[in-house]
Amino acid sequence: MADLRITPHEILLPVKPGFIVLTLVAAFLANLLPWSGVLLWVKPDFVALVVLYWCIEQPRKLGFVAAWLLGLAMDVADGTLFGQHALSYSILAYAGIVLHRRVLGFSGTPQVMHVVVLLLMNDLIVLAIRLLAGSDFPGLQYFIGSLVAGALWLPLGTLLKLPQRPKADPYHAS
Amino acid sequence: MEHTPPPFFKTGPSPLARLLIFSALSLAFLVADARLGYLVTLRQFAEVIVYPFQRIAAAPAGIARRIGELFSTNSTLRQDNARLTQESYDNAAALSQLKALVAENEHLRELLGARERLGVRTIAAEVLYTARDPFSRKVVVDKGLRDDVTAGQAVLDERGVIGQVTRVYPWLAEVTLVTEKGHFVPVQNLRNGLRAVLAGTGDGALELRFIPLNADFRDGDQLVTSGIDGIYPPGLPVAQVTRVERSATQLFARITCVPLAGVTSHTHVLIVSTRRDLPPPPNEERKSPRSRGKSRKG
Repeated sequence: MADLRITPHEILLPVKPGFIVLTLVAAFLANLLPWSGVLLWVKPDFVALVVLYWCIEQPRKLGFVAAWLLGLAMDVADGTLFGQHALSYSILAYAGIVLHRRVLGFSGTPQVMHVVVLLLMNDLIVLAIRLLAGSDFPGLQYFIGSLVAGALWLPLGTLLKLPQRPKADPYHAS
Repeated sequence: MEHTPPPFFKTGPSPLARLLIFSALSLAFLVADARLGYLVTLRQFAEVIVYPFQRIAAAPAGIARRIGELFSTNSTLRQDNARLTQESYDNAAALSQLKALVAENEHLRELLGARERLGVRTIAAEVLYTARDPFSRKVVVDKGLRDDVTAGQAVLDERGVIGQVTRVYPWLAEVTLVTEKGHFVPVQNLRNGLRAVLAGTGDGALELRFIPLNADFRDGDQLVTSGIDGIYPPGLPVAQVTRVERSATQLFARITCVPLAGVTSHTHVLIVSTRRDLPPPPNEERKSPRSRGKSRKG
């Protein structure tokens, strides 16, 4: 079994665009699962997480158009105001693209701290829009999802980098 | 004169410029949707694209439920069967009485010269999922424009009113629950016929608004739809009064209710449409300035 740990500056294969699309579709489906009750509060926003991941890892491969369209799709699926997720994902994508060098300069817990702050900002934008539109504050449990998403960040990174790892060590090929 | 060297790579507009473009577009959409009610067609178009994903995501839960049904034991099935048979006997007795009463009612209405009660048409639908929006209370059902569902229709389960269809897509419809903040149902107290307006509070309960302190509402009173709105058919159970607080410092009584229908726990619902041939609402404001002045004084 190969060592699954990925060192910060390991040289990886280029990522395939198809794989990015696949992960985004998977995240979208994960968001659409019939979550309810407590799980709904704990559930991280998978689309925000994956969009942020690709904006930080591959800022030239994933851009605003994808983030914005995914946001609109989320709004339609959730029955929320048309454009609220589109706005928050656009800003999230911007933050990811602008800060990607800084975030990648950290590893482990400091990197997670950055990600959690960005995801909380994403939540705050949605919250601000809904409060302006006349809804009530749903309570502090609203932010739990982003903390869970932060906990998922490192496992997700390992998982999404698997296809980019070289198949075998060329010097010790069997 | 060039001050900055041309970029090595073609990157298009800067991230900040793109952010501004997409933010402006999103904000325009938000305002158009929230304030002006435009974009209905665009939303329906987007829904058609999203629909397959929604069905795929809802499939595992459906399959799990089917498997659960498959393994329901013999004894539960027998118990259910016995209960349903008993219920059908009870209902049969009530139904035969109902037929006689309907005939009698029609006859009396004819004698009184009153208008006939409108018939209602129902569409059975299945709840696909609860909308994952922490700010509102909605469910999504699997019938839409293709099945003649339109926005504004009432939605019931076997115990009472759940809510109202608020948005329709080709194959789906969004139902706003009665517990949603700012959702109103005109109701009537079943015990004494007092009319009131029932408002959702957003936290799972309902309350009666603007009820005078001396109005006759008690714990345990059943509230049914009054039908004066022309949306909900009259006589459907909605809620039960759980607490009445009267304090001399307040202008109105605080009356808290719980919904009778399984607002959060249903899988099958009925969408009810009434034929709306109501007379147009009277336009008092413009026609009789005198009555307006009076009401302002009082």
